[in-house]
Amino acid sequence: MAARTSGPATTEFDMTPMIDVTFQLITFFMFVLNFSEAEQDERIQLPASQLAKPAEGVVEIPITMQLTADGGVLYAGEILPVNQIGRSLEQEREVIIAAGKDPTLATVIVRADGRARTGDVQQVIRICQEQGFERFALRALYKPE
Amino acid sequence: MTLPAPKRRRLEKMAINMTPMIDVVFQLMIFFMLTLNIIAPEGDFDIRMPLSKSAGPPTDDLQLPPIRVRLTANPAGGLLAMTMNGEPVSGFDDLQQRVAGIVEAALASGGAAEDVELELDCDEDLDYSQVVQAITAVSGRIEDGRVIEMIKKISFAPPATATE
Repeated sequence: MAARTSGPATTEFDMTPMIDVTFQLITFFMFVLNFSEAEQDERIQLPASQLAKPAEGVVEIPITMQLTADGGVLYAGEILPVNQIGRSLEQEREVIIAAGKDPTLATVIVRADGRARTGDVQQVIRICQEQGFERFALRALYKPE
Repeated sequence: MTLPAPKRRRLEKMAINMTPMIDVVFQLMIFFMLTLNIIAPEGDFDIRMPLSKSAGPPTDDLQLPPIRVRLTANPAGGLLAMTMNGEPVSGFDDLQQRVAGIVEAALASGGAAEDVELELDCDEDLDYSQVVQAITAVSGRIEDGRVIEMIKKISFAPPATATE
């Protein structure tokens, strides 16, 4: 009986560098991953400012109003004309009151496109004021020079 | 002829099966890659503006009258002209210098920068980016890499008075 001197050749290549790189990549993606629900939308191009301060801490009761360049308000996933946001804000206020919170402590975050009309932004603010909201945060892209 | 009994216990190089680990690692990597969303840094200009608030004469003697900045739009929505308390202003740098002068005067007279109020009176057709530039100019300046805060109380003029 002839002894088998060699079987099918198995090539073993060193996996260590690949696993090293893969772990590095995973670490990188874990660090840059942001789980916070940033209300960003590519339809809104915020105006840039070098003095826009990043929000200190978490806004307690945030209400985000996104205003597009052509004057629509992107709210809860749909685009509404500016003059029709009152009803949605009224519901928002009722929800805040039902949760036992004060609507005057809510912050309306205005994410308006840089090309939007100032009149539309002011109208959004006015409608929010009529619903009893007092605190506003005009959001801009932070761009240091 | 009898063959010698094979050596059962001999030193072997243990090869760990890496396949499941690599599978999981790649799954993890694909998860993190797909959930990655690159967020541009954003910041806020905080404005506290109740409905009843309208810039009028100061309610007490110590309160300074608000600075009124008027921004006029050209038909394309750009900035046509800018005035501060009725005086023409050449640009946002000029506006910043004038406001800095007012804030310094308020500080010199024993007041605080927080006492100075500013009311923006903008044409409705003006691009919002111009308003943000004006707010940037009046809310602070950068000196030696540090931000020096100026006016914090910024409001929009009520529509009824939003006329020159």
